[in-house]
Amino acid sequence: MARIECNHIRHAYGANPSSPKDYALKEVHHTFEDGGAYALLGPSGCGKTTLLNIISGLLHPSHGELLFDGRDVTHLSTQERNIAQVFQFPVVYDTMSVYDNLAFPLRNRGVPEADVDRRVRETLEMTGLADMVRRRARGLTADQKQKISLGRGLVRHDVNAILFDEPLTVIDPHMKWVLRSQLKQLHKRFGYTMVYVTHDQTEALTFADHVVVMYEGEVVQIGTPAELFERPKHTFVGYFIGSPGMNVLPVSVDGSNAKLGSQTIELPGAPKMAGAGAIELGIRPEYVRLGAAGMPATIRKVEDIGRHKVVRASLEGCDVAVIVGEDAEIPADPRIEFDPAGINLYADSWRVEMGG
Amino acid sequence: MDKPWNNKAWFMVLPVLLLVAFSAIIPLMTVVNYSVQDTFGNNEFFWAGTDWYQEVLASDRFWNSMGRNLVFSAIILAIQIPLGIFIALNMPRSGWGVSVCLVLMALPLLIPWNVVGTIWQVFGRIDIGLLGYSLAALGIDYNYVNDPFDAWITVILMDVWHWTSLVVLLCYAGLVSIPDAYYQAAKIDGASRWAIFRYIQLPKMNRVLLIAVLLRFMDSFMIYTEPFVVTGGGPGNTTTFLSIDLVKLAIGEFNLGEAAAMSIVYFLIVLLLSWVFYTVMTNYGQER
Repeated sequence: MARIECNHIRHAYGANPSSPKDYALKEVHHTFEDGGAYALLGPSGCGKTTLLNIISGLLHPSHGELLFDGRDVTHLSTQERNIAQVFQFPVVYDTMSVYDNLAFPLRNRGVPEADVDRRVRETLEMTGLADMVRRRARGLTADQKQKISLGRGLVRHDVNAILFDEPLTVIDPHMKWVLRSQLKQLHKRFGYTMVYVTHDQTEALTFADHVVVMYEGEVVQIGTPAELFERPKHTFVGYFIGSPGMNVLPVSVDGSNAKLGSQTIELPGAPKMAGAGAIELGIRPEYVRLGAAGMPATIRKVEDIGRHKVVRASLEGCDVAVIVGEDAEIPADPRIEFDPAGINLYADSWRVEMGG
Repeated sequence: MDKPWNNKAWFMVLPVLLLVAFSAIIPLMTVVNYSVQDTFGNNEFFWAGTDWYQEVLASDRFWNSMGRNLVFSAIILAIQIPLGIFIALNMPRSGWGVSVCLVLMALPLLIPWNVVGTIWQVFGRIDIGLLGYSLAALGIDYNYVNDPFDAWITVILMDVWHWTSLVVLLCYAGLVSIPDAYYQAAKIDGASRWAIFRYIQLPKMNRVLLIAVLLRFMDSFMIYTEPFVVTGGGPGNTTTFLSIDLVKLAIGEFNLGEAAAMSIVYFLIVLLLSWVFYTVMTNYGQER
């Protein structure tokens, strides 16, 4: 296991990048601590797979360097870095048996056959493939194949890190839960450094201790699931995490008050703003109260999603989502209040601190 | 056994049946007709039963042609399949080189058989041919007209030049359809170049290789035009393959009955061997 440092890494797929637009990865400067479980979360095309492939050595970055435990590995091959990686679509060696598939990475590295056997059997046990040892990999179902892919990643005990590139995309929902909790257990038991790429927030938040949110080739926030939820650093994080995402409303600020149209909202403190950019107020639907007091609003739609209801309201011409209890009454003259604890303020999409 | 019977289906396949009947079955039946009769012209026919078949199967001439043809096909497959795979593996996967390679590869395939024969016939001549003249200038005794070994080398080289591209193009199509993730996973797993070939590329090429082997076997087993133009079956009978022999028998000697019987036997052998190749290659690696 190793500590992975990304030192000002940038990457462009084209030959001569001139503007920031040419970079798939704008700049990543971050350390993955030894034994940590990380998730790289972001929409398609945000550069998360690029970053993962740079760590595993399938890609070499255009700029910057990569350190494993302080050792520069930027120019080393995948093999020399000793990394395991599991891909989005199951990769199995069709002509081999399940057993031989798992033994393949070990045999390629000249591990003695006795050790190969012991580790393969352990891994088969862990991944629940023990009853199909001698089966041919061809003709298995997608999730069995993906278990084999996972198994090949887990079978080597000496790897520096295990990387997952959206490994559960093709798996049935109920199997997803099972496999994810198995991965979590393996992490606890063996302390692998794990980096897990996904665009599914539930997956990221349940798997990882630290979630790295990426947007347009940049890391916008790194934090625990709670931090990402309570204090999104960037409006994108607020919008991307949570269901529905954070409400973002254009406001103007006067001292410790924000003005939204004709309404005034009291802020928890005066914002410490340097320049004057576009200012927005962000509040999660969980922190919006619908009741008899507050600002007048109109209700456009009520979505009942089981555990609670999502009310789509309109406040001063802006769309606001509100989460209310399953049994809550929708008032005839609806008014909206913001819980000050849930208010965040953004200048040019980045969060600004507010003094108490 | 509750299959629903729907006789409308017969109408659907009727056009194909008619087409196949006119293009294959009816001509074949006329050959069958010839093979069981004898004629001395004048459109008079006498019933001959299985006499022609017995004669063909007992003749050394037939079995010698057959032997030569089997050796020829074996050599062709042994050279063209590995060479085709090798070239396909080394072709570029992206950039301008792809189209250049594809065009170069397709060129020999676009040339008609008799032209290929003529090209090589001239190419190999000692007096004016580039190959023959150069070899002679180097002091190598090469003459495909007199020397059976040289004649064989020429015919094999010509076929390799003409048809290896087909194997290359088929294999290339198989190779480019392999997703990148397989190569990435192989890198992660520390697979050697050989292991990548053995466990990823070869299994993924299985299907196209089957087609390549079948096509190359059938074509080389039925080869006629090219060796006929270059060597005319000689020197002696050393490059007389089955179809050349068949034409000699039918047109040259006007022995229609024996030639028809030989055609039928020939046809059945091609069919049988193709079936064997197909069965072996589709079943290989399926069970166990």
